[in-house]
Amino acid sequence: MSGIPHDHYEPKTDGEKWLDSRLPIVGLVYNTIMIPTPKNLNWWWIWGIVLAFCLALQIVTGIVLVMHYTPHVDLAFASIEHIMRNVNGGYMLRYIHMNGASLFFVAVYIHIFRGLFYGSYKAPREITWIIGMLIYLMMMGTAFMGYVLPWGQMSFWGATVITGLFGAIPFVGEAIQIWLLGGPAVDNATLNRFFSLHYLLPFVIAALVIVHIWAFHTTGNNNPTGVEVRRTSKADAEKDTLPFWPYFVIKDLFALAVILVVFWAIVGYMPNYLGHPDNYIEANPLVTPAHIVPEWYFLPFYAILRAFTGEVWVVQFASFITGGIVDAKFFGVIAMFGAILAMALAPWLDTSHVRSGKYRPMFKWWFYLLIVDFFALMWLGAMPAEEPYATFSLIASAYWFAYFFVILPILGVIEKPQVPPETIEEDFNAHYGKANADATPAE
Amino acid sequence: MSHAEDHEGTRRDFLYYVAGGAGVVATGAAVWPLVNQMNPSADVQALSSIRQDVSGVEPGTQLTVKWLGKPVFIRHRTGAEIQEAQEQDAEGVDALPDPLARNLNLNADAPATDANRVIPSPEGEAAGAWIVQMGVCTHLGCVPLGDAGDFGGWFCPCHGSHYDLAGRIRKGPAPENLPIPPVEWVDDSTIKLG
Repeated sequence: MSGIPHDHYEPKTDGEKWLDSRLPIVGLVYNTIMIPTPKNLNWWWIWGIVLAFCLALQIVTGIVLVMHYTPHVDLAFASIEHIMRNVNGGYMLRYIHMNGASLFFVAVYIHIFRGLFYGSYKAPREITWIIGMLIYLMMMGTAFMGYVLPWGQMSFWGATVITGLFGAIPFVGEAIQIWLLGGPAVDNATLNRFFSLHYLLPFVIAALVIVHIWAFHTTGNNNPTGVEVRRTSKADAEKDTLPFWPYFVIKDLFALAVILVVFWAIVGYMPNYLGHPDNYIEANPLVTPAHIVPEWYFLPFYAILRAFTGEVWVVQFASFITGGIVDAKFFGVIAMFGAILAMALAPWLDTSHVRSGKYRPMFKWWFYLLIVDFFALMWLGAMPAEEPYATFSLIASAYWFAYFFVILPILGVIEKPQVPPETIEEDFNAHYGKANADATPAE
Repeated sequence: MSHAEDHEGTRRDFLYYVAGGAGVVATGAAVWPLVNQMNPSADVQALSSIRQDVSGVEPGTQLTVKWLGKPVFIRHRTGAEIQEAQEQDAEGVDALPDPLARNLNLNADAPATDANRVIPSPEGEAAGAWIVQMGVCTHLGCVPLGDAGDFGGWFCPCHGSHYDLAGRIRKGPAPENLPIPPVEWVDDSTIKLG
């Protein structure tokens, strides 16, 4: 594995040598844990650990919940109530699993926007970024299918609306929808396969996380300056970095502890705050809830889905040039997935040669507006599909696409960036003083 | 495959193609059952046609049955309701948001007149006494409420679509009339769906 020059594991005892010549697993773990990490990482870099914790938390609580859950339309809702009332500590396990999904998405959104600001997606980290986007997509699929399992009203109707999106695909949509559902409507077959996939996907995510880490351990971490670690020699690299263990692990775990204080407060005192009361009514295919709303973490993209109605000229134009194949419904579906694809394409859309947003005076403001836009879309996704929200949704959706497809490419050409520091060491010393810099590695 | 480039048109090339082709076919044959198992199972398909006794549905009431996992509205209309629906015809179907009947028992281009929206009445009943339609709003798939809305028919609470007594969309975001499934009388009191 190429990478930043650093000390590698050397087996010392006979036992270690015996194992290392047969399976170099200790060396693999050592090199992963002791990876040289830019010493100027700020607090925005702690969310990776939080995400790893969330994945483990969800897998562990999920596995034990399955011991009490029954994936059948007649029994699923009752088995959730059984977990809540009868299973020892079952209510706590379920509340942790429910709110764990929310923490997972809080962390992933901050992690993604951190990457967008500091240019972590830029060369040579495109693969890390793409793998990350795949993980995010799988997280959404897993969360969506997990939300169907309690078989409440919102589970059922959410599943109906979202699988209906596939029905909007021209010509083959209906066949795909029936294939996905295992019947003409959401029913037992759907519940069973969602349960199977909800159990499977987290392990696929875990595998992708390993690839994600592998990729950025090869390129090295990005950092707030966007300046690369010097690889000219081990001595140079050591001036820019500190080993991941113990320096960053302890820092990350401290941050995790603070975050978990808030998390436990929510789990303990307001566990249903982020959910919908309608999901405590058993699914009924004959009655629709008055207002179908997805979970908060889907709202921004749900808003984009709904924004493109038949009255919008872009939609009418698309319908006209495709001879009606792309109608408003299908356009909305394309827009929703396109909004995620736009993020994935950021490495190739951003033309600026300066990596970190810290040194890009114009970029900064457009980026902050993107954050505002994200929250605006989240708010609009929860509002009913009527005026004035429809127009706001359209404007907010337009900005999302404009940021990636217009602003990022143009800014790189017209913007005059500031000059980043020469080295990470220089940035670190400017921050903490030379004396500190010398003292820290010596412990 | 670099060996294959060394020998043009040799038996080895032939073997590569045969082996590769067999591999592709075998992979496809192995994957297809894994894909196909997700299609509707035999018991689900068996429910694609159901019979429903409607002898208890008095005029002015409606029965909702589940067919293909979706609600179907079977409404027994009163004389006054039939008359009102037919009066709405007089305004002309072209003025409606959706001028087509959306009746799977008729041609796709049949106009949305009341006569094209109802099913033939059994002997001894007024024409247009029975209307059978899918209870799925054509906007986003919610279930509309009966005896509601500005036109006396159905009203979808999700986004405010109003349907008239013949299930035709009159006001609101829904693009189409409520669809009418394949339906026929088996005897005087039993309807077959599908």
